[in-house]
This record gives sequence, C-alpha cells and structure tokens, in this order.
Amino acid sequence: MTPGGYAGKWLDVDLSKDKIREVEYGDKVLEQYLGGRGLAAKVLWDKVGDKYPELDPLDPKSPLMVYTGPMTGIYPGSRICVSGKSPVSMGTVGSTAATEFANEIKEAGYDGVTFTGKADRPVYLLVTDDGAELMDAGHLWGLDGEKTLIKLNKEVTAELTKRKPNVGLWKDPGMVYIGPAGENMVRNAAVMAKICHACGYGGYGALMGSKNLKAVVAKGRGPLPKVDAPEAAKLLWRRTHQILIGRTAMRRQGTGYAGYSVGAVTSSEPIRNWQEEWHDEKSYGGPMFEHRYWVKKKWADFNCTTNCMKISCIKTGKWKGDITDMPDYELQAYCGTNFGIYDPEANIHLSALADQLGHSGINGPNTAGFAVELHQRDILKDSDFGFKPKWGDPDTFDRIMRMMANREKIGDVLAEGTYRAALKIAEMKGLKPDELLKYAVHVKGIEIGAHGTRSDADYTHDISYAANVQGGDHTSTSVDGYNDMSGAVFTDSAVFCNFTYYGVPQSLVFDFAKAITGFDINLHKWRSETGPRIVTLQRALLMLGGPDLKWTPVKDDDNPPRFYEPLPSGPYKGKTTDRKLVDEKLKAYNETLGWDERGIPTKETLKKLDLGFLEKSVSKLR
Amino acid sequence: MSSIWIVRDYENCSGCRRCELACSMHHEGWMWPEASRIRVFMPFPGVEVPHLCAQCDDYPCVESCPVEALSVDGGTTAVIVDEETCIGCGACAKACPGTVPYLHPRDRKATICDLCGGDPECVKVCREAGYNALRLVHEGMSGHRKLFARNPVDVAKDLAVKFFGEKGEELIV
Repeated sequence: MTPGGYAGKWLDVDLSKDKIREVEYGDKVLEQYLGGRGLAAKVLWDKVGDKYPELDPLDPKSPLMVYTGPMTGIYPGSRICVSGKSPVSMGTVGSTAATEFANEIKEAGYDGVTFTGKADRPVYLLVTDDGAELMDAGHLWGLDGEKTLIKLNKEVTAELTKRKPNVGLWKDPGMVYIGPAGENMVRNAAVMAKICHACGYGGYGALMGSKNLKAVVAKGRGPLPKVDAPEAAKLLWRRTHQILIGRTAMRRQGTGYAGYSVGAVTSSEPIRNWQEEWHDEKSYGGPMFEHRYWVKKKWADFNCTTNCMKISCIKTGKWKGDITDMPDYELQAYCGTNFGIYDPEANIHLSALADQLGHSGINGPNTAGFAVELHQRDILKDSDFGFKPKWGDPDTFDRIMRMMANREKIGDVLAEGTYRAALKIAEMKGLKPDELLKYAVHVKGIEIGAHGTRSDADYTHDISYAANVQGGDHTSTSVDGYNDMSGAVFTDSAVFCNFTYYGVPQSLVFDFAKAITGFDINLHKWRSETGPRIVTLQRALLMLGGPDLKWTPVKDDDNPPRFYEPLPSGPYKGKTTDRKLVDEKLKAYNETLGWDERGIPTKETLKKLDLGFLEKSVSKLR
Repeated sequence: MSSIWIVRDYENCSGCRRCELACSMHHEGWMWPEASRIRVFMPFPGVEVPHLCAQCDDYPCVESCPVEALSVDGGTTAVIVDEETCIGCGACAKACPGTVPYLHPRDRKATICDLCGGDPECVKVCREAGYNALRLVHEGMSGHRKLFARNPVDVAKDLAVKFFGEKGEELIV
C-alpha cells in the first residue's frame, strides 16, 4: 500500500520516443528520500549511475524531474520542486516555486513527472485524471510568460470542456513553463509559475528548453491523496494555520520592505555587483512600493495564509501594464540596488521583465551586473554591448536582460551564467580567468542570493554558501554546520514553502509529516539520518561534476573573492568575511556529515546512510 | 423572507483556497478542492474569483430539475440536493445564470452550496485569516443576489481592469 500523502504514481516521459509510462517507487525509497529534492537526486542517480561525470546536463539523455512531495498540498504552502543535473553547478538543486500545478497534479493522481529525451518539436505535457499526453506547443514557442499562461489557460480549459462538457465549469489548470530565456537555453534560466513565481536556482529553464518542453500543465478532479492519520492531520492543519496567521509583519509586508532594510540595517544587499552592501536610500522603502504600486496586498498560493506575496502593477507612464509581485526582496535587490537603481518603478519594470523573459530574477541579473562591472573595469567595451552601459540606468539593464534571453551580442556569452561567462570573456580578451573571477559572485556556478556574508549581521555567514551543496542558493544555506540547513532539505523534499515552515515549531511540523506519511519520521532522525543522506548524495553528485566542469574540493568550497574584500561603506565599513572561521567551520561541517577533510563522503558514511551504490564513483574522488 | 447569504468581496480574496479545503473537509471528510461547494477560479494569476451559489430569488436550478431532486431549505434558503433522486443530467448547471452547480467528480451528482446548514465553514476560515472575502449576513431575499450568479471568467474580466487598469483588458480573453 502506498504511504500516506502520495498519489503513488509518477510519470516517466520519453520525449524522443513520445512514450509515457507510469512508475512507482517502493516504500523504502520514499521513506529514505521523501520526494522533491531528495527523490529527484536518487532517481537521477538510478538513471545515470557511474556515468554521471560524463553526462552533459543539456544532453537529451539528461533527466528532468518535476516532483511534488508527500506534504505538498496538505501542509500549508504548496510548491513544486524541479530538479535534475544542473547546467550551472553540475550537481543537483531542489528548485521550488509556489503554484497550484503542485496540488493539481496530485489531484490528477500523480506525484510528479520525470522527463528524458528531446521532443522533435515544441511540446507541452498535459496531465489529467485520464493520464498524460504530449500536446503541440509550436504556437507557444517564443512567447513571453504572460502570453504563454494566458494562451495555455484558455486552450487547456477549452479542451477539457470539450472532452467533458457536462460536468459544469472547468476550473483553471495549473502549470509551470519557460520563457524565451529557457527556450534559448540561457544556462541559469528559471522554470516559471503563475506570473512571477520561479524555480530559479539550478538553471532548469535551460534543461526544459533543451528538451523542447515549453510547459507542464495539470488539472485533476480527485481529492488530495489519503493520509495515514487523517483526523490528526486535520487538527494539525488548523493549528499550523493559526500560527501562520499570527505572523502579522510577514503577512503585511512579505519581504517587500527588505529592499531598504537589508541594505540600511544589516548591510548585506548587493549594490553594483556587490561592490558595496550598504545604502540608506529611503526612496526605496517598503511603503514607497506599497502606496503606489501594490494593487493586491494579501496574495497567497494554494493552502497558504502567510500571503507574503503582494501584486505590483505600474498603471501610468512608459512601463504601464507591468505586473509582478512586491517585488520580493531578492528582486528588489538584484533588479534594483545591484544595478545601482533605487527607484521602485524601475525596479518593478525590470523585475517584471525578468519574469516575462523567464530569467531567474536572482541569477540572470547577477550576470547582468557582473557584465556592467566588467565594463566599468574597461574589460568589456561599448562595442561588446552595442551601446554604453551605465549603472543606475534602467534602460541599460532592460537591454542586457533581453540580449541575454535572445543570446544577442555579448548577451550570448552572458547567457552562460556568471561563472562560465567569466571564463569565456577572459578567453575572448586574452586575460587570466582570475582577473575576471574576482568580480564573479557565485559559488559552484550558482550566483549568490541577495544576502552577503561580510557584515555578519544577516542570517548568512562564513560557510552559508561555501559549504552549500546548492552553491549560492540563499534558501538552503548551511548557517551553523548541518543542523539549520536540514530544514530546507526537508521542505524541499516534503515539498512545501520555507515561509510556512520557519516560525512553526519544528516538532509540530514533524508530527504533521508523520500524520501524513505514517513514516517513522521525527526531527532527530531527519537531522541525523534522512537529511544527511540527501545532502551526502547531492555532495557526491556535485563533486563528480560534468564533462567540462569539475569543482576542486576545499578550493571551491569557498566564498567568492569579493566576499573577502572589506566592505567599503556603511556601519560595517572595513568588515569582511572571516577566512579563519570559514576554514574552521568547513572542517567541522565535513566532520559532522561524516565526510573526509576534503568534503568527500567516507566509505563508512556511505554505508551508514545506505548510499553504498555511490562507493565506486566516490572512491575516485578520495 | 429573511435568509442567510454569503457576501463575496472578490478583491479581498487572497487565492489561498482554504475555503475549498474547509468546505471539502466538512462535506467529504478530506481535502478535495474539486468537490468543494465553493471553487476559486483564477483565469489570470492574482485575479481570484470564489464561485458559489448566489441563491437567486427565483431559483432557476430548482425549477429546471426534471426529477425534483433540488429544493430550497426553509431555514437558510440554500438549495438542497437530494442525491438519491439526482440523475446527474446537469440541467441545473445549464439553468444557472452563473453555471455554479457542477457534477461531483465521484458520482456525478449535482453539487451546490448548502450553507453548511447555516454556519458555513468557508466563511469561518476566510474570517479567521482576516481576508473577509466571504462574510455571512442575515438579510431579506433580494433580486440583487441573482446578479452575482455570473460566469467567473466574466467576473475576472472586470476585476482585472479594477486591479491592473487598461492592461487588465488584455489579460483575460
């Protein structure tokens, strides 16, 4: 019998052969990896095995996972997890976004989809209670996010109504999709959901694009899966919501007030590609966004009362009609201060543009800022851009983001992501890689989220990114050794939102997990066994690397050079990331997880965590 | 005639869909959004429309039923479906100016809001979260109610303009 919370079936779609079959995973695998981030890493290994280092993530053979988890839809804050071999890090990322697609696919009777192969024409997958089928997406290819979702919503609803006309009105399907950036395989492109939600880290938009897969759409009419202890689950559902409803500041502001405060207070916000991390621009305060642009102040996704989202819309002027969320803090920073921009309207425009193009609003703009710093340093010239780029100029970044999405001029190089672009430009200009990499703010190919480590006043510190198996991902940092990160590994594998997790007693969350799945699951076991298993598997894959990219243990388990430059301004002026602390904590981190001093899992650890299947490959890394 | 009615303030709807979850837990015993008597349509993200019975004063659905499976509750004025009698023909959905009734995904029986007998679960969770997109009132029957029986896509078209101005006219087609 399928454990509680699971629909019990996954779809395996071979896009090359147009073949779709249903697969099941045994109870043991599910208890060991849950779903989402954990299960995706396991299924990836099972499909690729010891050939992992030879697999190019953008090769048709490379699998793409779109998975829910057992708690998706049931625990507050429903999300989908996209994963596979990352085109940027060569490891795996459990990249999640809030969308009704997640509950719809479970209501259709499936826990997720694994794609392999490459379609010979643009397609989308339609999943319903009657199964799954590939649909032509030729008419959608090239469309921006807004037009994609408007067209898809209309045509899928019409198709379902045609098939079953007499059941009443068909409610809208859920979907994840890519924009032009994903189609053109911009290496750090996002998989998008709704208008502005993104599975951003990992570059899975490029993976979808490489498969000619424009979207995955689901509409189910069944219930959410049965759970192990329904009465307990219902009580815990009510209790969790009560707690979330009590988090008043989060509900009122989301992260939309942080564009000012993270710079002004904690001094950890990217400014002009991290040349500074402090500003005191009151024009950029939360109320300046709220009062003029927030047209919906309590916006939530399925089964969420945190409603951290607020919808922004520009109603006048040259950017009239631009719609995005707050923007959330990450995009206030990356599509604002990181560009030297402190104007809410320009920030909303550039955030909406990133969404529409299908860029990850953190990663793509990190690369754009990197490019403009290279121009500032006279490495890139006006002729590389076709115009004179300027900090603080919205038009500059509007043009660069479009050039990246369409791979035009220097945009074609920038579309490889910050790390690879640095190497390519060094080659183009006859410079040493290190001369450019000192401006590249990434860890293991993944551009860093908008929380610096130099002031030490934010939640991110010394090894937050350096030790992270998901590189620069700010949602999954290793704050104090392994324990704190285990929360993100859990939410990404059970697949629900971080923002409906933090603030709720962890014992309650794990009671909820037990009531849903019936597994012998608790906080201690998660931290000591299940979480380490997933992270150790991810670490192995990350260090096994890809055909043209391998990370060096210890050397690459570090912050970017910029994070060791002293902060040039603000209340934390002169402060920098403590190198000694990084080294010490990295050692402790590796030891905690049972990895050797170079961060390679030991044979004993692999055995203890039931990861013996990795031994042959991992032994070559030792 | 006094009755209870659920006021719907669409612009307050967050799209959390807890109304669907609470309704289905009450009526079906578990979370089943597509078997909820209130369903939140979203023709464009951000434009969420809770769709439920408007309790028209002339009850065209009740009139349309060929087997008299539908009746009006004397206390609440909600439409009550006799599932034993219902033949799942869908005449009620066609007769409703807003196409509110639908056939249950399990057994194709007509499914319509029964106001939970007078204390609707959807209203309780919406109020608890402070959205108040749904509120309970005790008022006399009114011809206005029937005007709320609209296709949710039509409601969304209006809401989109309210939220997004001119741009709203392009978003829902």
